[in-house]
Amino acid sequence: MTLDEILEAVAGEMIVAPPFPVDVEHACASDLMSDVLMFVKPSMLLVTGLTNPQAVRTADMAESPAILFVRGKYPPESTIALAKEMGIALMLSPYTMFDTAGILYVAGLRGIGKLSTVRQQ
Amino acid sequence: MKDRFALFSLMGREGALSKVHELIREVKVSRVMTSGPLTVSPNATMSEVKELLRQQRISGCPVVEGDTLVGVVSLEDLIHALETQNLDRPVQDFMTHNKLIVAHAQEPVMEALRRFESTGIGRMPVLDGRDRLVGIITRGDITLALLRTLQGVYSEAEALQDRPQHFFEALESERTDLTLRYHVKRGDFARGGEASAKIKQALLRIGASPQLARRVAIATYEAEINLIIHTDEGGFIHADVQPTEILVVAQDPGPGIPDIEMAQQPGYSTATPEVREMGFGAGMGLVNIKRCTDNMSIWSMVGVGTRIQMFFKVSPDEARKTGAQ
Repeated sequence: MTLDEILEAVAGEMIVAPPFPVDVEHACASDLMSDVLMFVKPSMLLVTGLTNPQAVRTADMAESPAILFVRGKYPPESTIALAKEMGIALMLSPYTMFDTAGILYVAGLRGIGKLSTVRQQ
Repeated sequence: MKDRFALFSLMGREGALSKVHELIREVKVSRVMTSGPLTVSPNATMSEVKELLRQQRISGCPVVEGDTLVGVVSLEDLIHALETQNLDRPVQDFMTHNKLIVAHAQEPVMEALRRFESTGIGRMPVLDGRDRLVGIITRGDITLALLRTLQGVYSEAEALQDRPQHFFEALESERTDLTLRYHVKRGDFARGGEASAKIKQALLRIGASPQLARRVAIATYEAEINLIIHTDEGGFIHADVQPTEILVVAQDPGPGIPDIEMAQQPGYSTATPEVREMGFGAGMGLVNIKRCTDNMSIWSMVGVGTRIQMFFKVSPDEARKTGAQ
């Protein structure tokens, strides 16, 4: 799915355009950066409510080409600057995480599928 | 020229042709157009149009009433007005107003290109879904976007060619050993991840496969975040890179982990709510490190400090298969 298609689906806004046309194959929605790093797949869209520069760092480590911030939460300048430096696209969705994920799923974007159980102490 | 094609072929599926193909077939007009174009009102005089075209160095512009496009006035219309000495007459008497050829913001650039070819016109006003004027597109805009894409692909291919195709290929010695050291400050969230990103870049630069670089980067990033969150005064990361293995050590002088086994349980965390708000402290850091490394060990003593050693084997496969992803 192209970033334009994503923006159209969620009536979103492009904050930092990608250096090249980008196509994402999967998405991962989380506010926990370790979870994102756990589930990485190349060409994955990161959907998050976390707007600090660590979201961009995480995307960079995970080789995720684009981040979609939810709840209309516009990222601070430090995040935008790092995204430009790293060549990672930033977008804004006016919907909550749940609604954003639902809209994108209906539009045809898929997640990572079923995972095995992790038991905690 | 032949060399350039060789470069492009290095890029495989993501090559120049597919980028250009994608641009024309899939990129929407909205991405290539000039948004918020200059406009004139139908009641403006042709003399005002003449000034606008001259000052802005453009050869025509859309005519709008409110948000609605009512026509297009071009250099040709201006010449017509000049010849008939009617520069004081309004734009609406000279503009093209019926059968206006327009482009739509959400249609592919390909469609716009076809319309340029079939009609021979030089520019099209761009309308959004509700028929409001949002931009203007010229043949030049499309050419420029194509050239930019090609330039981008070309420098990408060049960077790829500069990169060694085998791990450590560029450095030859009897025993090659590269050490990278970084100091990580406690609480320095703004720079958190910098050390990991630099190690990743260094690995790619000396020819590591993207998969290997990613594994090392993710494990190191988790360890780096731990130094920022959980230590008294930060710590050090040091990476020892050899042709067959990589060792990354994260070390700090305190406070130490009271129960290492507990700390390695998925979901166990001692992070503060503030740290959790920043997206960390989910208790998955050490679990994640274990997953990315071939071997890891933790040594810790309360009051003395903690040392995490992360081993990565460079498999012959990873050492060979680099460059094109």
